[in-house]
Amino acid sequence: MHPALSVIIFTTASGAGYGLLALSGLFAAVDWLPRDGSAGGWAIGSALVLVTGGLLASTAHLGRPERAWRALSQWRTSWLSREGLLALASYVPALVFLAGWLLPEAVPWGPWGLLAAVAALLTVYATGKIYATLTPIPAWNNGLVVPGYLVLGGLGGMQILSLIMAATDHYHERFGWIVLLFATCAALVKHGYWRDIARTRSETGSATATGLGAGGERVRLLDAPHTTDNFVMREMGYRIARRHATRLRQICTSTLFAVPAMLALVSTLIDNWFGLVVTTALATASVAIGTLIERWLFFAEARHVVTAYYGSETV
Amino acid sequence: MTALPASPTGRRLGLVIDLDICVGCHACAVNCKEWNFGGHSGPLTDWNSFSGTEDRGGEDAGAWGVWFNRVHTFEVGDGPDSRTVHFPRSCLHCEDAACVTVCPTGASYKREEDGIVLVNADTCIGCKLCSWACPYGAREYDHADGVMKKCTLCIDRIYNENLDEVDRVPACVSTCPASARHFGDLGDPDSAVSVLVSERGGYDLMPELGYRPTNKYLPPRPRRDCADNEEVPVSLADLADRDDPEIGSGLLRWVDAVLSR
Repeated sequence: MHPALSVIIFTTASGAGYGLLALSGLFAAVDWLPRDGSAGGWAIGSALVLVTGGLLASTAHLGRPERAWRALSQWRTSWLSREGLLALASYVPALVFLAGWLLPEAVPWGPWGLLAAVAALLTVYATGKIYATLTPIPAWNNGLVVPGYLVLGGLGGMQILSLIMAATDHYHERFGWIVLLFATCAALVKHGYWRDIARTRSETGSATATGLGAGGERVRLLDAPHTTDNFVMREMGYRIARRHATRLRQICTSTLFAVPAMLALVSTLIDNWFGLVVTTALATASVAIGTLIERWLFFAEARHVVTAYYGSETV
Repeated sequence: MTALPASPTGRRLGLVIDLDICVGCHACAVNCKEWNFGGHSGPLTDWNSFSGTEDRGGEDAGAWGVWFNRVHTFEVGDGPDSRTVHFPRSCLHCEDAACVTVCPTGASYKREEDGIVLVNADTCIGCKLCSWACPYGAREYDHADGVMKKCTLCIDRIYNENLDEVDRVPACVSTCPASARHFGDLGDPDSAVSVLVSERGGYDLMPELGYRPTNKYLPPRPRRDCADNEEVPVSLADLADRDDPEIGSGLLRWVDAVLSR
């Protein structure tokens, strides 16, 4: 699948934004966060900037962005529509939660934090479902796709939350342990996913796509319908060299697991402001780069069954 | 509304494509393109249809304008038993059309009355998700309009009372010089197309994905087995080797003798 930059930026930025919102809400409900207005302003403000920026980036993928509002209408059948509605709906508890953080006397933050967490979680779940329900793309139609989106959103959010808490002088050792937990889950989910897509072979190929291989004959493309690429080939026929994929997977493992896990452990030993800010900032940058690469790979490695009409005997 | 029809009428208009007699001339693709962009209200634009003439600063170079019909050519089998099969590909107007249900706007829909899958170009946002959801590559993005386009089964022909009745078939069907394309109601078991499908063993493409396409393909007929009949040459090489005194008249034998000198 063609890795569209707008979609990669959208899922990376808003995934981390929703992760930040969800974890802030959850931790607020259990009183793990300071009732300090500036920390809250930074946390929820950053979450909303990431989410909003991501959503705006996603409209760059549209041929008719001015009609984007129409995408909210088909929630009965379409995960994309559900994602859009949930994304908009989550602004309400997020803003009330922010108000509760800034004005502790006026608004209770716990319940609104929880509500914001649920809305954020559901939004990322819907994002994952958009991909996971596409049967023509075997690599996406996989049980680890939704967990992958959730755990990377959580890792990104947790890392940013750690940075903000370190910068506002509210860092707690437990943040480091939670980052370690998310990084481990991310490593397990992504490695499980890569193992899965290497193992599973779709029964779809040029034989079933044309119906001409029913007797076990080999069916191969002799002549394409057109001499240059068309939309279908450009959008669905993206290929990545195996050695590039291997290298990029190694970079993902380092940036999404090794670096944040190591820095999280280091951060539990540090007790000065500067050291904490530097370690959490480095880890945040590492996770951001890692997620962008992971998202790019998620597209580039996924093969669409339509390629069976364009020369792929197996998909 | 992008939910599939709750109570379909049972009418399923579609195509039956005979792979035995398709000659791969691309006339269906060309006439489809012509019909759909030629009229003032046709659904297609003519952006980069045939070459990359309208490239925007180089990045869009290439003939990747939208076509609803594409003719691929496959080689089936290996060695002397292999055969060439021309394979026209277009929208199959599936019963379980995921391109419709994934659409977030309601622009994609499947008609209750005849099962035709259409895109409303006035409400489509061009998110391209339907093209990802279609295993058959039936949907293409129109750069000129910023929306998705697809085969309409020539809905502006098949119900067009200004045309003679004989012309009320999709453009690809009317133009096929080999009569390899048939149009009709596949929901009616007694229709000519349904009878053709059952007689010839018509099949679905990628049945394993469960989209239940309406269009059916008829397989190439088995090759006539010549090995049992010594009168019929199996290949051109056999014909050349055959020393048959009965071939040709006296004049031709004399010409052959002269030329062979």
